Parts: sequence; C-alpha cells; structure tokens
Amino acid sequence: MTAHDVPTTAIDIAAAVRAGIVSASDVVERHLAAIDAHERDVHAFNRVLADQARAAAAAIDAAVAAGDDPGPLAGVPVALKDNLCTRGVPTTCSSKILDGWRPPYDATVVTRLAAAGAIAVGKTNLDEFAMGSSTENSAFGPTRNPHDVERVPGGSSGGSAAAVAAGFAPVGLGSDTGGSIRQPAALCGVVGVKPTYGLVSRYGLVAFASSLDQVGPFTHTVADAAAVLEIIGGHDPMDSTSIPEPVPDLSALLDDGVDGLRVGRITDLPTGADPDVVERVEAAFDALAAAGATIVDVEVPAFTYGLTAYYLIAPAEASSNLARYDGVRYGLRVDAPDTNAMYMATRHEGFGAEVKRRIMLGTYALSAGYYDAYYGKALKVRRLIADDFARAYERADVLLTPASPSVAFAFGDKTDDPLAMYLCDTYTIPSNLSGHPGMSVPFGTGAHDLPIGVQVLAPALHEPTMFRVAAELERAAPPTPAPRMIDVAVGGAGSAR
Amino acid sequence: MSDDERIARETVAKVSRLARLALTDDEIDETTAQLAKMLDHFADIDALELADVEPMTQPYPLRNVFRDDVERAVLDRSEVLAQAPKAVDGRFEVPPILGLEES
Repeated sequence: MTAHDVPTTAIDIAAAVRAGIVSASDVVERHLAAIDAHERDVHAFNRVLADQARAAAAAIDAAVAAGDDPGPLAGVPVALKDNLCTRGVPTTCSSKILDGWRPPYDATVVTRLAAAGAIAVGKTNLDEFAMGSSTENSAFGPTRNPHDVERVPGGSSGGSAAAVAAGFAPVGLGSDTGGSIRQPAALCGVVGVKPTYGLVSRYGLVAFASSLDQVGPFTHTVADAAAVLEIIGGHDPMDSTSIPEPVPDLSALLDDGVDGLRVGRITDLPTGADPDVVERVEAAFDALAAAGATIVDVEVPAFTYGLTAYYLIAPAEASSNLARYDGVRYGLRVDAPDTNAMYMATRHEGFGAEVKRRIMLGTYALSAGYYDAYYGKALKVRRLIADDFARAYERADVLLTPASPSVAFAFGDKTDDPLAMYLCDTYTIPSNLSGHPGMSVPFGTGAHDLPIGVQVLAPALHEPTMFRVAAELERAAPPTPAPRMIDVAVGGAGSAR
Repeated sequence: MSDDERIARETVAKVSRLARLALTDDEIDETTAQLAKMLDHFADIDALELADVEPMTQPYPLRNVFRDDVERAVLDRSEVLAQAPKAVDGRFEVPPILGLEES
C-alpha cells in the first residue's frame, strides 16, 4: 500500500493499521506531507510535532509487528487545540503571556488519546485563550479557512477545524465555551461536537469559563466523532465536575435511524441567520421528516437572552481564571520594582485586546455595586434558559437550529465591532449555559459555495439520540466540497462517507 | 440610557486597577466606549421578571468530591519551577511586595 492509499477517516485508518494493511508511519508521513504542502496557506498550527509523531508511529508499528493491540485509534493523527496541556511541549493558548511555557503534565484527553494509539501531530491555533469566533485574536496571526483562504475558519478552535478540513489530521480536539467547536466546524465543513458538561474531563484544559468549557472532537464523519468521544469521555477523578459515569455507547446506534423521534423546531428562535443558512436548516428538517421523524414546534423564550447572560457570565469567570497570569509561576514576566507593578506590566504586555476587554467586562460585572445588576442577573437568566430547554425537551427529543448565522466571513469583517463578533455565537451559547450537548453536522453549502452546518441539540447525556440524528443528517447531506486549497492527492476527505 | 451614561471613565479606570491591567489613557477611553455599547445591548434582560428566579452558577448542582487519603505521584517540583520566570532555592522568586509603589 502506498502513502496515497491511506484512508481518510479515523475509523478506517485505525482498522488498516491494526490489521497491518498500512503502517502508522505511512499514515503519519502522508499527513505531514499534507501539512508541508499547505500549512503555509492555512496556518492551522502553532507547532507541528513531526519528530514526536514519527516516534509515536514507530512505536505503534512495533506493537503491531509484535502482535500487541495498538489501541482502537491506532495510528490516527490528531490535531490538539493549543489550550490543551502537553507535558514538555509548549502550550500557548495563542497568547504572548504563556510564551515558552511547557506544561508539567498532560491533559486527560491527551493521555487517553495516546493510550488509544492516536498520534498528536501538532498544537493548533486559536483565538487567544479561546476568546473569539474567528481565530483572528491569536497572538500568532489568524488561521485561514481551507475552503477559501480569504475567509476566517471560525473560532475559537479555528486551527483544529481547519486542520481537519485541510486533511492535516482526521481528528482535531477543540474546546467549546460558547460555540468554539460547533461554529468553526460549520464554517469549515466538518463535524464538531460539544459534549454534555462533565462528560469529558477538563483536567489540563486551560480554563476560560469553568462552568461552560467542554472539550470535544472535530472529524469528517459522525462515526469518527462517536469513536473519539467514546475514548476521551467518561469519568476522571482529576476533574471534580466530571460526571461519575462511563460515556454511553454511540457507535452502535448510528444506523438506528430517526423513525419515531421528535425533532423540535424553536418557533421563537432569534432571527439574524442568513437566508442560505435558513434554507439548509429547513432542508434538514425535511430530510429528518422523510426518514420518519416527527417535527414538533417548541418555544424556548429565554434563548434570545443567552447572548447577554453568556457575555456577563463567561467574562466574569474568565476574569477570575486569568488572574493566575501574573508573571510569577510561568510564561511572561515584565520586570518591575515591586510585585504589583510587575503584575500590571506583565498583564498589559502579555494579553491581547480581546482578552483585556473580557477581563475588564468580567471584573466590572463582578465588582461591588454592579454584581447584582449584571452577574447576579445573568445567573438568573441562565436558570430561565435551562428551564425553558427542559420544557421544550418534554415535547422534543432533539432540537435543530443553525450552528452559525452565516457562512465563513472575510478577515476583518467583524474585528472593529466586538458585539458583531459575539453575535456569531447566538445559536450555540444557550446549550453551554444549560450544560447540554450540541453538534454541528455539514449539510450542504450556501453563499460562495461555502459549507453550512446544522446544529443538533439534545438534553444532558442524550448524546446517543443526538448522534442518531446527526448520522441521519449525514446520510441525507449533499457532499461537502473539497477544500479549494488542497490538491486531489491529499484532499477529497471532506466528501468521505 | 445613552452610551456615555452607561459606564463612567473613572469606573473603567478603577476596574483596570482591580484587574491588575495597566491600561493607557487611550485604552481606557476605548474600553469605556466599548463597554458602554455592550452594556447597552445587555440591558435586554432588564425587561425580565427575575425576582423569584434562583441563580444558576453551574449546569448541575455540585457535590463535594472525596477521594481516599493515599499518597500518590504529584507534579515534579523542579519541572514546575523550571517554567517560572525566576526561581531560587526551590521557590518562585518575585520582586518586593511592599513599599515601592502604591497599589
């Protein structure tokens, strides 16, 4: 088998490697070659881990040769968002303030993927500390959308989404605090999953907003996403918010169809989605109805207040979490005569504009005299949203919405107006506030032949139903176009399955 | 409420000190304008009746988590200190805490 015969999906790669049909080394070389050819156009990575990946592949191949089981994701290259700690390997959060930091431990998801035989090929670019919706807030420059390099890949996990779309790795890991997996997945034409809060360990995920953050996969197929979630999910004693249960079986349900399922349409969903997006969501409802699902109307009146609640709660939590970047224990220090001056100077130098903006907003929302009017009120709105979802889920098994209000937009379109950028997260934010799972599934194209994602939402721990619906949408979806910057030899993965 | 009434420049300057962010005068002006615009948008929730609503800080009620009190491997101190901007004698080194500048 030549390098060109390496399969494009994680499941097929692992099966071929475990069967000895293709070597993990060939798999890694093929993906490093794709990175070598196109990374300069895409800038998905903050760091490519070529040597480490080759060594890991050699170890997998040795295990196969020795007759040992190399694991369920044997030889599968993965792109890790650069806010996931990797021991001894720089972890930057795309911020100057973590310059040079090499974590002294691995994130649980990193450990679990490695134990399953997956191979980290790089650390991917993000909006600084995962704050943004376009990856333009990176201290290292933006990532470009493989479908149109003049446009953003979405964010904050834009590097991981672009890496998968570009064929640099069949699996990416991201984090989703308000849509940072689902929105870039939609804009890059790949599958992206935000699991139930607590299903995947946050140990070693650099904290942004701890009551909202969740790690999840980017993949080309729903089946790959299920396979990865089954590996990274499940209880972790190192995360006190980890749900003390195993991850439910997902892969076995993907062919079950949607016959008899109730798919909810939110009649009071906030407006603002572009017509091409609305058209694809309608087509998704039609496809599920044709497959035997019942479409039901539901109301989620507080959905529309999610943006406000989120942009008070997330910055409030961030202002507390980011207090640790003070120049004492890691990363950047700007020398000054006393500690307070050192804190002030280090944080001024190390943080970018959006991070400062959110620290300011969050500190204000938590400060004496304003706490009740802002943070306290936002927490009550959060309750309303959760209660409204609970009522909607009495009548519907899943809900269907756009993942993003628009297709990928051009660089600079929203950088002058923070609020315009925040509106990118309108449809994804509410399920972070409620802790529910959500995922974006590619479902055709819109303006400029760019990918559109449909979002499937489900109640807490109802990933099995969510994945069944996602798999049905995938079966009904038109093929996603191949990324335009990728030649045929290394591309085509976007239309897999 | 208009933008310039929503938040005062002096408040922004105070918040920047609370947040330990040294902002320039220009940055304080810009931040004041941007926060005012955001807070104006965020006023949409003022219309909601929230008096009887319980605040929700977490997706689920958190319970205290216990584990067995047994020794196990922890982070390697030298590996941790090697990441510090300055370390001496097994500890983080910082400039003087008191006296040189008002906080």
